[in-house]
Amino acid sequence: MLRFLLRRTLYGLVVLWVVATLTFVLLRVLPGGPFDSERRLPPEVMVNIESKYHLNEPLPKQYSRYLTALLKADLGPSFKFIDRDVKDIIADTFPVSALLGVLALSFALAVSLPLGLLAATFRNRWIDRACVFLATLGISLPNFVLGALLIWIFSLKLGWLQAARWGQPSSAVLPMITLGAMPCAQLTYLLRSSLLETLNEDFIRTARAKGLREPVVLFKHAVRNSLIPVLTLLGPLFAIVVAGSFVVEFVFAIPGMGRFFITAVTDRDYPLIMGVTVVYTAILVCANLMVDILYSVVDPRMRAH
Amino acid sequence: MRKTKWMRQLRDEWRRNPAFLVSFVFISLVVLAGTFAPALSPYPPGGLNEQRVLERPSQDHWLGTDELGRDLLTRILYGARVSLAVGLGTAFIALVIGTLYGLVSGYAGGAMDNLLMRVVDIFYGLPDLLIFVLLSLILGRNIGGVLIALGLITWVRFARIARGQVLQAKELIYVEGARAVGASHARILLRHILPNIFAPVLVTLTFSIPAAILTESTLSFIGLGINDPYSEWGTSWGTLAQDGWRAMRSYPHIILFPGLAIFLTILAFNFLGNGLRDILDPKGR
Repeated sequence: MLRFLLRRTLYGLVVLWVVATLTFVLLRVLPGGPFDSERRLPPEVMVNIESKYHLNEPLPKQYSRYLTALLKADLGPSFKFIDRDVKDIIADTFPVSALLGVLALSFALAVSLPLGLLAATFRNRWIDRACVFLATLGISLPNFVLGALLIWIFSLKLGWLQAARWGQPSSAVLPMITLGAMPCAQLTYLLRSSLLETLNEDFIRTARAKGLREPVVLFKHAVRNSLIPVLTLLGPLFAIVVAGSFVVEFVFAIPGMGRFFITAVTDRDYPLIMGVTVVYTAILVCANLMVDILYSVVDPRMRAH
Repeated sequence: MRKTKWMRQLRDEWRRNPAFLVSFVFISLVVLAGTFAPALSPYPPGGLNEQRVLERPSQDHWLGTDELGRDLLTRILYGARVSLAVGLGTAFIALVIGTLYGLVSGYAGGAMDNLLMRVVDIFYGLPDLLIFVLLSLILGRNIGGVLIALGLITWVRFARIARGQVLQAKELIYVEGARAVGASHARILLRHILPNIFAPVLVTLTFSIPAAILTESTLSFIGLGINDPYSEWGTSWGTLAQDGWRAMRSYPHIILFPGLAIFLTILAFNFLGNGLRDILDPKGR
């Protein structure tokens, strides 16, 4: 068990290092720097700026400086937002993105559980077909199309909900649904097939044979066992939510990390790009590690693996 | 004999799942639209017309015009080329790299397999979208760059599937037989194992096309994908949707139609994938 966790942690650290190095290398070989603006700066000013941000040092030195700073959780100053450290920007924006992500995942779970259950119990009937159809629609609908549609209907036409101005409950509903739709659809698929598999098991037949009522069989025996595979999907779902948050934050003007990343890319704000990338990777690595731990707790067979 | 069996399966599939064939027809139409866009539309894709900007759908302009007076239907027809090129191109790149990688890894086995799969694990742990954005910054915001970047992210899926299948196929009796009569590794891999792993790889291939289209259009929408708004060859549907996004309050049709095109195309590919999976692997029903 301990060996398994140690190995997974080590592997997570390797992923982090790969991403940190990759971002560094990729951003250094890019043509054009952050200070190439329309108006050329005088050479003396350029020299000053470059030495302030250590851009004039040889690459290996820059790299080791970057890695040591990273170990101290120092992400350096932003190039574009003067007087602000990348760490501060991330500290401000991360809670916003995290809240959005949690809302979206809760929404996805709350909707997909009954849908998956319905589909599996009414297998191959019209309810099942409708649920599967809905899930396929959900998987095919891009975030930004859904977001635009929801804004158009509920905000512009009906005037019920806010499309922007993050910070009050009424402005969180549409982003939550937009971001949650894709994970919701995938969870529905998975729950359905997992339940169908469990319902074929011998212990379900035993439960029915000994005269348990169907709801007891379903909720006490089947659902609990079908939730195990859902855990494996949590890691990928997390990645989907993270990726989706970029778009949703853009569409609903939410001041989260994703929106800052988009502006950072267009501004070539290297430290901010690297900071956000490393932080997101760290979150994904932690999420996957947590899934591994949960999994080995829930399913003892995994520990030997 | 095999052919008739295949035909019968197709007919059963139509009875069971009409969405599969409807999707197939829809995708064929999208392919035709992209290929024959210049013949289908009387307007050039970049045809500016100051007299007729931001028009609603009419007889002249079936889907209306954008803020520069360009015919929206024409732009969507040309845009099909971008989505198809990205979807098919990415799937093809990922297929070739991933399948070969998985074949070699699974066939080699042992320490080599272990090492190669650790690399795949690391790729799986990477945040796709961020890596894609960084790669496309270097490769350029054009179709070629996006294709390569997406292919480099997608190949690991094929590698895992192919490897898993090879591990099974390796134990088949006739593969052992081929080895026993002294067939070369390359011959065993390509003649005996590759045909065996065809079905699951084909399903993965079908699902990776809509995934690529989704990623590309999303990124183009937020301005980090293909940046080619004045292309004569075709502009991404994501970019068209972004144009419409800015004018959505007063002119919702400009985002509605490209959005619909993206949605329906992805939906059709997903239905196609579902149908194929049912045909090739009936257990999954």
